Amino acid sequence: MSTALEVGTENCAGPEAGEITPALEEQATDLIARYPVSARSAVMPLLHLWQETFGYIGPRGVEWIAKKLSLQEIQVLELVTFYPWFRQKPYGKFHFRVCRTLPCALGGAGKTFAALQKLMGLKPGTHEGVMVSADGRFSLEYSECLASCGTAPVVLCNDNFHEKVDEKKATELVGGCS
Amino acid sequence: MDQRLGTIRFLYSIEKNMSCCQTHSMNPWNHDVAKDELDLVDVQVDGVWLKMPKGLNVVEVAHRSKNFIPHYCYHPKLSVVGNCRMCLFEMGTPKMNADRSPVMGLDGKPEIAWMPRPQIGCATGITQGMGIRTDSPLVKDCRNGVMEFLLINHPLDCPICDQAGECKLQEYSVEYGTGASRFVEEKVKKPKNVDLGKRIVLDDERCILCSRCVRFASEVMKDDVLGFVNRGSQSTLTAYPGKSFDNDYSLNTVDLCPVGALTSKDFRFQMRVWFLKETKSICTSCGTGCSTTIGSREGKVHRLTPRENEAVNSSWMCDYGRLNIHYLESKDRLHRPLLKAVGEQFPGTWTDAIHRAAEGLGKVKPEEIAVVASGRLTNEELFVLKRLLGELGVTRVDIVKHNGQADNFLRSGDGNPNGRGAELLGLSSGGRKFSSWGAEIVSGKIRALLVLGGEDVVAAGIPASALQKLDVLLFSGILGNETSRLAHVVLPSAATAEKTGSMVNVHGRLQRMTRAIPAPGEAREDWLILRDLREACTGGNSLHSVEDVWKAMAGEVPQFTGLSWAKIGDLGVQLEARSSLSEGTLVRA
Repeated sequence: MSTALEVGTENCAGPEAGEITPALEEQATDLIARYPVSARSAVMPLLHLWQETFGYIGPRGVEWIAKKLSLQEIQVLELVTFYPWFRQKPYGKFHFRVCRTLPCALGGAGKTFAALQKLMGLKPGTHEGVMVSADGRFSLEYSECLASCGTAPVVLCNDNFHEKVDEKKATELVGGCS
Repeated sequence: MDQRLGTIRFLYSIEKNMSCCQTHSMNPWNHDVAKDELDLVDVQVDGVWLKMPKGLNVVEVAHRSKNFIPHYCYHPKLSVVGNCRMCLFEMGTPKMNADRSPVMGLDGKPEIAWMPRPQIGCATGITQGMGIRTDSPLVKDCRNGVMEFLLINHPLDCPICDQAGECKLQEYSVEYGTGASRFVEEKVKKPKNVDLGKRIVLDDERCILCSRCVRFASEVMKDDVLGFVNRGSQSTLTAYPGKSFDNDYSLNTVDLCPVGALTSKDFRFQMRVWFLKETKSICTSCGTGCSTTIGSREGKVHRLTPRENEAVNSSWMCDYGRLNIHYLESKDRLHRPLLKAVGEQFPGTWTDAIHRAAEGLGKVKPEEIAVVASGRLTNEELFVLKRLLGELGVTRVDIVKHNGQADNFLRSGDGNPNGRGAELLGLSSGGRKFSSWGAEIVSGKIRALLVLGGEDVVAAGIPASALQKLDVLLFSGILGNETSRLAHVVLPSAATAEKTGSMVNVHGRLQRMTRAIPAPGEAREDWLILRDLREACTGGNSLHSVEDVWKAMAGEVPQFTGLSWAKIGDLGVQLEARSSLSEGTLVRA
């Protein structure tokens, strides 16, 4: 799952091209002020802030954060690519994470995943990385343990947690997305 | 191992470290130098008790005690990251009695309690009474395991890899690894043939992620463009997309890379390294005179690499100097003596050329002769010239100034590699005298001009029309130029890699260079040309070897008193303290 790298603010498309509001600037300043000893430590909170604002961290985000903290772009990019929770591409409006750690895998996470794939109109059979539906409405990926092994298989849809998600419940979940 | 017990007092080259502090400011780290070389603690290395400077790391202690701890990511001039795990060793601390006094063994030495878990040598500083095992079964097992992990995804493309022959993966595989791999899974695919910068190509599949290049760029060059993206087995070395690693010192990362991941575009696929003859020399591309190793084969120089010299260049050199070797095969290279007849230059023999040159100089009065001595010539060549000029009674002599591009690191603002040597021998006024020669030629005061070191005096300000007025124009050099084309006699000479001699750098350090390859065609070393010219002009023939020249020079030049060719050594001799150096004066410290 090597990430294709793109560069340059001018290449930046999609939501990341949006306006950097004074409110965002202010939030960033507040976050940086929390690390008086080393501003570099603010890089993680800033990455989260950017992702929450624009949905993903593209080249514009990397360069904006590097400039804010007087870092080199490569130092920010290293972090973005290291943590799977940071995204370099926009996800769907509804992002599903299906746990595939052992209890969920035994509990039928594979079937749940395949059902979700079908419901979202995604190409079946592949499951490395994040898949985004053509209309940008849904995206789907496997994740590691979501800490509810007793109610396997579990699914996280955006910030909402769903337990014992079999094929039937998966249909309900996708149907309820609006 | 017990029979090897015994205290050895080991004062490791204190002299070396104290006299060589000049480049320490250049490097952010110098793990090979202790804070205080005289603050010693007792450590036991493979059963032998030694005294070593406190705080030195275990890899360096092993090195100083002639043991060896293999390592990939550790480098004495870069920060310690401890990510390769190759330098694992077994560590022990003194056994203590209940009253905190050390338990003494039968031999009167403290007993050591060995830890069951290995430590990394690069990040472990020595303390009083520490035990170090560099070769125990545990250590061997660790190294074997590390080697197996490092080779899991390695493409094993040694037959087409430039690093083969000087690759730490190969060397440590043989020393510490297992012959066969147990890996049956698919290897991870990564980018290959990545253009990292103007002069460097990266193969990510060969990379072992030691981060030496990343640290060099960040810590030594302060030019962070390299980093690792992704993680786990997908970790990939890259430059930030859209940026390229074009620093003038980028090729040092090719030397630093312990494997074949970073290769030089200039050298790759040109020559297998085991065929290279290695000759110790110095770089003559500017006044710094970095210590170098010339890699040559069958009369061709294939590469120039920095040779560690803490007094000059530490372990580094600039890309410009490193790649400035291709002029050796330039089509402008002068291969045969040329003699002018009826307005045209024709090839001739050395005998005729020297005869014509001597005849020319004999035709005019000594005060009508001017000599361009060149800061590109060695001390030996300049000394033979000085003898010749003394015997002829010529006093009009100077060098041509060349401006270098100073970069506050290694490159000097002085483009002459031996401008200091010429000053020291009294043959230079730094180009001041030279500036009036154009007018003096035109007015007829100067009737003969001897140009040495391939200087292009036309480019330096004497118009070609003035040179045409001269009764005698003699030229000696490597490459043909405007001046050589006007000369009555052209004497082809040898380049740095083709001659033996010494030079004094801008910081007053006397250093040696050694001939690696023969000069092409009939070209000869300059000091031989000057020796023959001297013999033909004045009959003087007392100097027959570089050593002869040295003996005579040491007797005549105060700064060289007591020095001999051998005493200069591979790292050179400081003629005076670097800080007290003032323009134009050299005083022996």
